[in-house]
Amino acid sequence: MSGIGITLRTLHDGERELEQNLLAAAERHRVEHEVHHVATDVARWSREHATRLAALGRDHGLDLPGPRDHPSPGAFAALREKTSEVLGRRPETGLLLLHDLRDLHLAAARNSLHWEMLAQAAQATRDRDLLDLVSSCHPQTLRQMRWTNTMIKVLSPQLLVSA
Amino acid sequence: MDSSTDPIANPWGARTPYAPGTPWPVRTDMHLAEGAREEDVERWVRSASLLHSNGDALDIAVRDGRIVGVRGRAVDRVNRGRLGPKDLFGWQANHAPDRLTRPLVRQHGRLVETDWDTAMDRIASRTRTLLDERGPGAVGFYTTGQLFLEEYYTLAVLAHVGIRTNHLDGNTRLCTATAAEALKETFGSDGQPGSYEDIDHADTIALFGHNVAETQTVLWMRILDRLEGSDPPRLLCVDPRYTPVARRADVHLAPRPGTNVALLNALLHEIIRTGRIDRAFLDAHTVGFDELASRVERCTSKWAAGICDVPAAQIEQAAELLGGARRLLSTVLQGVYQSHQASAAAVQVNNLHLVRGMLGRPGCGLLQMNGQPTAENTRECGANGDLPGFRNWQNDQHVAELAEIWNVEPDAIPHYGPPTHAMQIFRYAEQGSLGMLWITGTNPAVSLPELARIRSILAQERLFVVVQDLFLTETAQLADVVLPAATWGEKTGTFTNTDRTVHLSEKAVEPPGEARADLDIFLDFAARMDFRDKDGGPLIGWRDPQGAFAAWQRCSAGRPCDYTGLSYDKLRQGSGIQWPCTEDVPDGTARLYTDGITYAHPDACESYGKDMVTGATVTPVEYRSLNPDGKAVIKAAEYLPPHEDASREYPLQLITGRTVYHFHTRTKTGRAPELNAAAPDVWAEISPAEAAAQGLSDGDLVQVTTPRGALRARLRTTAIRDGVVFVPFHYGYWDTPEGHRPPDGTPGRAANETTITDWDPLSKQPLFKTAAARMTLVARRDAGQGGGADGTDTAGSTA
Repeated sequence: MSGIGITLRTLHDGERELEQNLLAAAERHRVEHEVHHVATDVARWSREHATRLAALGRDHGLDLPGPRDHPSPGAFAALREKTSEVLGRRPETGLLLLHDLRDLHLAAARNSLHWEMLAQAAQATRDRDLLDLVSSCHPQTLRQMRWTNTMIKVLSPQLLVSA
Repeated sequence: MDSSTDPIANPWGARTPYAPGTPWPVRTDMHLAEGAREEDVERWVRSASLLHSNGDALDIAVRDGRIVGVRGRAVDRVNRGRLGPKDLFGWQANHAPDRLTRPLVRQHGRLVETDWDTAMDRIASRTRTLLDERGPGAVGFYTTGQLFLEEYYTLAVLAHVGIRTNHLDGNTRLCTATAAEALKETFGSDGQPGSYEDIDHADTIALFGHNVAETQTVLWMRILDRLEGSDPPRLLCVDPRYTPVARRADVHLAPRPGTNVALLNALLHEIIRTGRIDRAFLDAHTVGFDELASRVERCTSKWAAGICDVPAAQIEQAAELLGGARRLLSTVLQGVYQSHQASAAAVQVNNLHLVRGMLGRPGCGLLQMNGQPTAENTRECGANGDLPGFRNWQNDQHVAELAEIWNVEPDAIPHYGPPTHAMQIFRYAEQGSLGMLWITGTNPAVSLPELARIRSILAQERLFVVVQDLFLTETAQLADVVLPAATWGEKTGTFTNTDRTVHLSEKAVEPPGEARADLDIFLDFAARMDFRDKDGGPLIGWRDPQGAFAAWQRCSAGRPCDYTGLSYDKLRQGSGIQWPCTEDVPDGTARLYTDGITYAHPDACESYGKDMVTGATVTPVEYRSLNPDGKAVIKAAEYLPPHEDASREYPLQLITGRTVYHFHTRTKTGRAPELNAAAPDVWAEISPAEAAAQGLSDGDLVQVTTPRGALRARLRTTAIRDGVVFVPFHYGYWDTPEGHRPPDGTPGRAANETTITDWDPLSKQPLFKTAAARMTLVARRDAGQGGGADGTDTAGSTA
């Protein structure tokens, strides 16, 4: 497989995973309302990225599955939400939130670097389709990073100092 | 009284038509207590209205040390003598027999009367303990949009520098946060661009989610008088309800709740497509147009029709109206601000004016409205957590200016992050890291979303709650210390309305019992805490309203909200004056941005902006490269579906709102007999078709249920959009047997039992107009559960 193909696959998997992790964090931190709602919103971007990467992958001879089917809000999700509500009154869970935001930020940064690689390769090969995809998706990955960074910046003083 | 002069039956009174470009005629409204005659009034004391954001100038009638009525001030630019129903009747609450007259403290679980020393000592000692043990992050303040400027500024200095907490906000978060945010996003700084005089000149008036007939009755009178005069303006109304505004509109769009961005993007699409843009204005005064053009390129009226459920042809008609306007005035309020994607939508209205070059000229106005009377002061003084004087927490120079004004080190002012907004302050209280919450002049146990949660937060043993108010509100009943406050008419200070008009409100009568002005309470606390500046002098050196005003003037100097040209004497001699008012512009300023954008430069702006979807802060470096010359920033936004939408289980969309007769949680208006009688109890509105589909009729007792909770109300069918239920938000429990909560085992009547805890990620304004609900029958109208009434009355409805 070409370097571009390997990178497409890695990024596709990364976006797929980031969507799942954002949705899981949204459930886990249901009582942190802004995290819950915005994580759900920006998970949509990763879902769209995985879909579009899978479509473009076909042109590169790749068989990528695209985003995962959404799990039905089954017992596991309900359990996580319930746990979130019970633990939501305890200051210690603040640290868990900061660590989840950190992991989401790092996952988005990883994806961002793969977008960067693809952007460079697309220009070198004058691959317009790939360049269009990167131009429309990469800014959203950067926005995911800025959001997690902002949330960490806003929440850290309270969750690390006053708890 | 016949209905033309009865302000309850006809809140807008008789018409005084006028032609474009001519002054709005005078009409002096007055109401005196029964038996009082104008010639018996001993003194008329200068003030303005306190139960909405319009700032109607009025004089308070005093006889024998009591308020006996009010009269509109004919010379004032805002109302030219007119008053609305709440202005005319609301003052009676001052004399309500259940005013708080002594401080209360909780002992063995019950609130008992005490003296000021005991109450204030208890607050100061708890504050000191928390500061010692856990630091400033354990202390929070939640204030209002109803105190005076002098009080907000004092509170802001006390909290920002005395305590050094970032946890300071007002209930303005619920009413005006999005107005401020949208102005910051577009113009770099807060500050209302337009003026009420724009109504006199406009040929087109567009009201976005703004039921002005009920929120600012006197402003609607001005529009009605234009509509009755020669060459009337054309009206566009965007509102899912068939409001009095909708009835007079040339085009009325009633979109699905939660779809404002889609609608506005389509309007922008049409305006750009039909070439109605002002290229010269865009080039001279804006950045970002190309991104907007590409963002809305595919947002056709047909696309939006599918999302908003409004006919594409109607969207095109609306765009034609906006595109054809030569003098366009737009106003925006809660239909936008309390909806999903609030700031993104409000910013698109700004964009409409930038794209059309409709700014800074008579009739070309933009009014991002407020809800509360003194909300503007909450914003400018920093009692909403922002740095005072619209200063930028990310700009070290701005922080250094404040440090100099206050004579403290810059790192004594918390500026390592944005201020903590109200909803997050309550979250910190829920999670346990906030140990004390001091609430002034507001009633979160009725006004915040998801009330069962709010009550459980306030009732926690580990949270020390101080409530400063006029009455034993639902919130006060959950407090550890209750402080009796003086109100409007019982203290002196200034406040500023939506269009930047500053009024002086003077003390007319003594407060009841031992009640004290909020300013005096804050000064007492500051003295007990012994807050010092860096040279050991008192941090807060003033002792009275005039001293606080002078301190604020110095803080406001050189900022958009410059008060240096004002004084109490000047406000006494004339009437309302619009800021900025300086030595150079001693009569004030009608419109901002008459000659370019003034406070968007990277060195001057209040905010570098936020991401339109996530609310992530833009860094100084990014802003400087995007907007080096300080132009208006055109920010495009993508439409996102609402977080909670109608479903099989909850097929309706719930929106909450106000009635013209009440304010906030009825603390005052429920104690004014005429206003209370006009709208005594909660109701729920749906369309006749929706009612028929569910087998319901007018007057039925229904239950409105959401995933959070339920409320019960009498049903009214109105010409609201199908699929939407409307409930007024004013009704709580202080006048029910339970006092602060619903009866055991039965749903209550507060709309916020059902609303969702979710907020706009930019402005942090809670979403009161995006929730899914279902409606079920509890009892038929004739089942006799209406407390004697047949339940079919329409009291409180004007829609």
